[in-house]
Amino acid sequence: MTAPPPVLLEGLFFSYDGHWVLENVCLRIEEREFLGLVGPSGSGKTTLLKLILGLRKPQRGTVRVFGLPPEEGRGWIGYVPQHLGFDRSFPVTVVDVVLMGRLGRSRGIGRYGPEDRKAALTALEEVGIGHLRDRAVGTLSGGELQRAFIARALVSRPRLLLLDEPTTGVDIETEKAIYELLKELNKNMTILLVTHELNFVTAYVNRVACLDRKLVCHPTDEVPPSLYDSLYLTPLRMVRHDRDLKP
Amino acid sequence: MDFLEAVRTYPFLQKALLLGLFSSVACGTMGTYVVVKRISFISGGIAHAILGGMGVAYFLGSSPRIGALVCALMAAVLIGLVSLKARQREDTAIGALWATGMAIGIVFISRTPGYSVDLMSYLFGNILLVRDADLVWTASLDVVVLASVAVFYNGFLAVCFDEENARLQGIPVEVTYIGLLCLIALTVVILVQVVGIVLVIALLTLPAAVANLFARSVSRMMVLASLLGVAYVWGGLFVSYGPNLPAGASIILVAATSYLVCLVVVSLRNRLRTGL
Repeated sequence: MTAPPPVLLEGLFFSYDGHWVLENVCLRIEEREFLGLVGPSGSGKTTLLKLILGLRKPQRGTVRVFGLPPEEGRGWIGYVPQHLGFDRSFPVTVVDVVLMGRLGRSRGIGRYGPEDRKAALTALEEVGIGHLRDRAVGTLSGGELQRAFIARALVSRPRLLLLDEPTTGVDIETEKAIYELLKELNKNMTILLVTHELNFVTAYVNRVACLDRKLVCHPTDEVPPSLYDSLYLTPLRMVRHDRDLKP
Repeated sequence: MDFLEAVRTYPFLQKALLLGLFSSVACGTMGTYVVVKRISFISGGIAHAILGGMGVAYFLGSSPRIGALVCALMAAVLIGLVSLKARQREDTAIGALWATGMAIGIVFISRTPGYSVDLMSYLFGNILLVRDADLVWTASLDVVVLASVAVFYNGFLAVCFDEENARLQGIPVEVTYIGLLCLIALTVVILVQVVGIVLVIALLTLPAAVANLFARSVSRMMVLASLLGVAYVWGGLFVSYGPNLPAGASIILVAATSYLVCLVVVSLRNRLRTGL
C-alpha cells in the first residue's frame, strides 16, 4: 500500500454566514509537491488552509492530512499565517517566537529544554536570520518577520508547509529570496503556498491551483494567458501546471 | 515628623509598606498579561463586579475578603466565557456584568445595619488599616499567582501572542485564557486592599505599561513592572503622608505621572535616534 498523500480533500463544502465560500472542492497534494494556490481575495484560499489545519470544519466532505483527520495529522504541518498582524509592541524576542512552534511537545506546561533551544536556533539559521535571534520581534522588517514565522513553522520539523501570502508587504528582492528559500525547503517537504499573484510563483511551483469558490483540476502545459483575465472574472478555474522543475 | 521617622515609629506604616511590596509582585506579574493581551476592560469588569461579593458577604456577616475572592473567581469565569462566546457584543456584555456586580453590592450594603463605614474603603482602598492577617493573606495569594505563572508561563505567552498557533500546538486555549483571568481576579482581590475597586485597574496596568516601554520579553516586563509597582505604592504613601492626602489616590497619581514622563522620554529618545 502506498503512503497516504500529505493532503487529500474530497467534496468539501464550506459556508460562512449563509454564503458558500467553498463548493465541492477536491484536491490531492502529492509528497514533495510545491503547489501554488491562487485566486482573488475572498475566494476562500485562507479558509481552505484552515480546513486543512482543522481550525474550521467543513459542512460536507472530508479532509485527510497524511491519511489522518486534521486534528491528528496537523502535528506534521508547519503553518505560516497571513498578515502577521500582531501587536508590534508585544515584548517578545525572535527566538521566543520560534520556540512557540515547539509548544506541542509540552502543551505549554513547564519550560523549554535545551533541545528546543537548539532546534529554534537551527531553524533561524536555516531561514538566514540567526543573527536576529535576540531582537524584539516588533523591530523586524517585513521580510525578516516572514522569515521568523517560517522558522517557527519549521522548528517542529514538519513534512508539510502551509504558507498564506508569505510575500505580502515585502519588496521584490525579498520576495524572490523567500521563494528561493522555499524552493530549497521543498527538497525535504511538501509545500502549499497561497498567493494572489500568479506571475512570480509559476517559476517556482510544480502546479498551480486556482480557487474561486470552486476548484477544478484540468491539466495544461503552460498557464494560458487567458487565465490571467479569466481568473478574476469567472468563478470556476483550475490549471494543472505540469511543467516539472526537476531536470 | 518626617516620613522616614514615622515609618520607624508607627507599625501601621510599616505594614502598609510591606503590603505594597507583597501586592506589587502579583500586580507586576499579572498586570503584564493585562497589558500585552489588552484586556484591561475585562479586568475592570472583574474588579468592579467583586463589590457584589463583598456586599453579600458583609450582609451575611462573613468576611468581605472571602466574598471578594469567591465573587472575583466567579466573575472571571463568567466574563471569560462571555468574551469567548459573544465576540460581537463582548464590550456590551462585560459592561453589563461590571455594573450588575456593583449594583448587587450596593443593594446588600444598604440593607446591612451600620453600613457606609466600610463602603469608602472598599471603593478607594485603605492601605493604612492593614492588619497582620492581611499580610499573610496577600503573601498566600502571591504564592498561588507566582507558582501558576511559573508552571504555565509558555502556555500563557502563546495564548496572549497568537491564539491560533497556540490552538494548533494543542494548547487548550479557552481553559488557559480563563485560568489567566482567574489569576488576574486573585490579583485584583489583593490590590483592592491597596487602592480599592475603583482605582485597581490603574494600579494593575500602569506599572506594566511603563515596563512595556523598556522590556524586550514578557518575563523581564514582569520583573520591571513589579519593581515599579513597589516604587509607586511607596512613593504614593510618601507623597500622601505630609499633606495627609488619601493614600490610594496618591499612589495612582504617582504611577500616572511616571507613565506620562516615561512616554515623553521614550518618544523624545526615538526622535533623537532617527535624527528628526
